[in-house]
Amino acid sequence: MKVLVTVKRVIDYNVKVRVKSDNTDVDLTNVKMAMNPFCEIAVEEAVRLKEAGVASEVVVVSLGPQAAQEQIRTALALGADRGILVQTDEVLESLNVAKLLAKVIDQEQPGLVIMGKQAIDSDNNQTGQMLGALTGMAQGTFASEVKIEGDKALVTREVDGGLQTVELAMPALVTTDLRLNEPRYASLPNIMKAKKKPMDTTTPEELGVTIKAHSEVLRVDTPEERQAGIKVASVDELVDKLKNEAKVI
Amino acid sequence: MATLIIAEHDNSTLKASTLHAVTAAQQVGGDIDVLVAGSGCQAAADEAAKVAGVAKVLVADNAAYANQLAENVAKLVAEVGAGYSHIMATSTPEAKNVLPRAAALLDVGQISDILRVDSADTFGRPIYAGNAIATVKSLDAIKVITVRGTAFEAAAAEGGSAAVEAVSAAHDAGVSSFVSDEVAQSDRPELTSAKIIVSGGRGMGNGENFAMLDSVADKLGAAVGASRAAVDAGFVPNDMQVGQTGKIVAPDLYVAVGISGAIQHLAGMKDSKYIVAINKDDEAPIFQVADYGLVADLFEAVPELDGKL
Repeated sequence: MKVLVTVKRVIDYNVKVRVKSDNTDVDLTNVKMAMNPFCEIAVEEAVRLKEAGVASEVVVVSLGPQAAQEQIRTALALGADRGILVQTDEVLESLNVAKLLAKVIDQEQPGLVIMGKQAIDSDNNQTGQMLGALTGMAQGTFASEVKIEGDKALVTREVDGGLQTVELAMPALVTTDLRLNEPRYASLPNIMKAKKKPMDTTTPEELGVTIKAHSEVLRVDTPEERQAGIKVASVDELVDKLKNEAKVI
Repeated sequence: MATLIIAEHDNSTLKASTLHAVTAAQQVGGDIDVLVAGSGCQAAADEAAKVAGVAKVLVADNAAYANQLAENVAKLVAEVGAGYSHIMATSTPEAKNVLPRAAALLDVGQISDILRVDSADTFGRPIYAGNAIATVKSLDAIKVITVRGTAFEAAAAEGGSAAVEAVSAAHDAGVSSFVSDEVAQSDRPELTSAKIIVSGGRGMGNGENFAMLDSVADKLGAAVGASRAAVDAGFVPNDMQVGQTGKIVAPDLYVAVGISGAIQHLAGMKDSKYIVAINKDDEAPIFQVADYGLVADLFEAVPELDGKL
């Protein structure tokens, strides 16, 4: 079974973002970029399926500028076999990404697609579900466990107040939640080996997808800062403040 | 202009989360209808009909919708929603699962997790873990929107008398089935609706030590939460996680114990009315947002607090 996994190039999660002074966007110049953390979990899951003999090949796909090759190389160093970059400098909204991925899936015919549940830049949590709609694939979103049994995928999902397990016909689509696995670090020999792994580049034009805007960002603002309060000296003072000043207990 | 709200329910009762989406829809303007998709869900539909401001409740009662499988419900939402200008739901795991799938079936985008309604097509929403707020204008004919519950007051659950109509559409995509639910049994309130939350971080040291927080929470009628660091360390399950990648909460009182205050955690709780931080590191970023900070060893302070409540 072939597994297709997607990775997004985003601002490193340790970096504090700042809004540009003209309020058009956040400032990404000279900011450290990295693989979206949920995509790391997706890559790890795909690689584990290969190591377990369930997957035969792991294909990693990214969409974005040429620099997104770095994140594909990272995935290759973590154990993916082959990369595809859908190269474009246009801003891609979730539905555009889903349409492009649907075309790649047409070509690649994977048995399983694994994606991060959300990217930490736009925080949309949409693309996997949209791709499910466009391909007709069943979706196991916010997965904390994935088991492949014959031509079915058993996916345990994080829901309000607990877990839900669903059975999906394959090919199926999974989006990852935090507890699915703990991603490994790439070893130096594997980083070297990844440089020789194949990477294809295609474009939205080649895939026959026209990028359409579904929304327009009018402005971006810094949220109101919360002011720091006071330090209390003791538990007694804390309890007193909560009872008599804040009146919340 | 009319809004279709996708109800969240367990077939027998309507979940309170739905009421926040009703308020957001009122700010958009126009008629508000509610879709209740489920199996044996008449009781939930009757409750939805009583919500103030709702014009009509559409009930799709079919075995295919029993467990809210996205493959089936999204088709229904797309079919029924095609006649509306807005489709809205509160951002719960259920809505996040279904709504984008419905949006793609309608060939429209989705505006996720709005905090603000500026006009019928323009909304404010957080990006980068709430470190920036984008003002976004939808260009689609049908606007599919999820609503951050903590940003909108709940509409009144009583006072309405909407008509209830059956929808016969039965969509079974046949590609997925429900296997089991594993719901954590707890007498405590849910994180997203609790008035008081006591949360622990990596400083708790291990999962057993969360018992100290449980005891405090029981005395305050509070829910117990955790930071991502505590979840990643395996102390507690992920459904307790408060933060960008977990639950977004805004209780009257949030007590952060042994939590340093990473950006991603603050994104999930900084709209709380009062924040208390207990941490032995007086440089911890959590103190920059706390109304009351106590620099102390939590293993001494929490038992003492417990004794004084």
